[in-house]
Amino acid sequence: MKITPGAISFPLESEKHKTGDWGTHYPVIDKEKCDGCKTCEQYCPDSCIEVKKFGEEKYAVVDYDFCKGCGICSTVCPKEAIRMELKEIYRV
Amino acid sequence: MKKVVRGFYAVAYSVKLCKPNVICAYPITPQTEIVENLAAMYANGELENCVYITAESEFGAASILVGASAAGARTFTATCSQGLILMSEVLFNAAGMRLPIVLVNTNRAMSAPLSIWNDHQDSMAMRDAGIIQLYVENNQEAHDAIPQAYKIAEDKRVLLPFMICMDGYKLTHAYEPIELLEQDFVDSFLPPYEPVAYLTTKKPLTFGAYAPPHVYMEFRVAMQRAMDRARDVMEKVFKEWAEATGRDWGGHIAVDYPDSKVYAIAMGSVVGLIRKVVEDLRKDGVNVGLIKIRTFRPFPVDELREQLKDAEKVIVFDRAVSFGYEGPVSIELKSALYNYSSAEIYSFIVGLGGRDIPRTLIEDCIRNVVEGKEKPGYSFKGYKEFEEVFP
Repeated sequence: MKITPGAISFPLESEKHKTGDWGTHYPVIDKEKCDGCKTCEQYCPDSCIEVKKFGEEKYAVVDYDFCKGCGICSTVCPKEAIRMELKEIYRV
Repeated sequence: MKKVVRGFYAVAYSVKLCKPNVICAYPITPQTEIVENLAAMYANGELENCVYITAESEFGAASILVGASAAGARTFTATCSQGLILMSEVLFNAAGMRLPIVLVNTNRAMSAPLSIWNDHQDSMAMRDAGIIQLYVENNQEAHDAIPQAYKIAEDKRVLLPFMICMDGYKLTHAYEPIELLEQDFVDSFLPPYEPVAYLTTKKPLTFGAYAPPHVYMEFRVAMQRAMDRARDVMEKVFKEWAEATGRDWGGHIAVDYPDSKVYAIAMGSVVGLIRKVVEDLRKDGVNVGLIKIRTFRPFPVDELREQLKDAEKVIVFDRAVSFGYEGPVSIELKSALYNYSSAEIYSFIVGLGGRDIPRTLIEDCIRNVVEGKEKPGYSFKGYKEFEEVFP
């Protein structure tokens, strides 16, 4: 393998490092309830949730590659449109 | 040009000649006058292409230098004791980021109890950080060490922080005649710093990035290899310096009377005193030599093994304690000599917190060992018997 002195890394290197498997929970968006207000987008500490347009519709979409499941989006959502669910592997 | 100056000035003047780009420090006795001198030089316009930044703490000072060094600047700071320990979190990073920051540590005791006086407890605590540690005996050696430190630290085979350890008060505050270096000479000896990579908006980089378990270990192995390569680089730079200036401070160790059976070993300013005692004892027919350890990290393992392979007794004068074990230099020496020498090792911990080390104490220690009145092992010398009482 090749390494740089002092662990110097280059732009977008971190994209290769998927951190989405860190959390125990993950957010699930209720597309019916979500009105695309972008509150979650502004509060997400890791820029992992974004309101996107799909034709006439717009609703929040989670980037599960990097979402760590903190649940802030779910807490701040004024429409209660985001539900935190326990990942399959943690279910007993 | 020879001038009578204090240790502070000897260091500051040498730093100036090395043309640093960023100097950042926080005052702490007995270091303060080093950076005060540099601040005066900066204010007088003697430091070109340089910024002098006053920080809010040693933590801040070290952090600013990490940023500056990562941006490709030649950097300098000075600190000691609590200041060095406050810097320590950052300095471990500086070493891991392979930044050739040069700092002077004016060795001072650690609190508590509060002491501003000299011993080696502070720099010993930084032993495992990945920082090169050089201990100097006098102010000329400190003056000479600065350009060598930059040359070694900035060498692409090394790229590690370099800490010059000079005894607080005993050296810093002492007036000594110093052969001050000339700018032309330093320019020819020390090339401008060419970083292998540096922070710039034109080519964004991240230094010291996150390393999960599958890559972290390689970076630490790389640091150890850099330390190993530093041994050779230092040896060469020391030789080059000796040839160029006529002042030969030795290699990783400096040996007086290399054919001796008994050796006294020490680091720092106390070596000067021990040298005088050894000289006098030899006139008295005592077969004793002196080894001055100059580099504590990387530790001069091969040199000590070679020098002590036939020695019968080794007397270590330590200026610090690893509480729960013994003096750090003695610990390292024993580990280095294991299986290489059958010498008995006597370790004396002396001069903690500026406690005076009279020549009679050194003389008694050596004489007692030579005459078989001491048992191998460690002991504290020069303290008063006491009883601990609850208030």
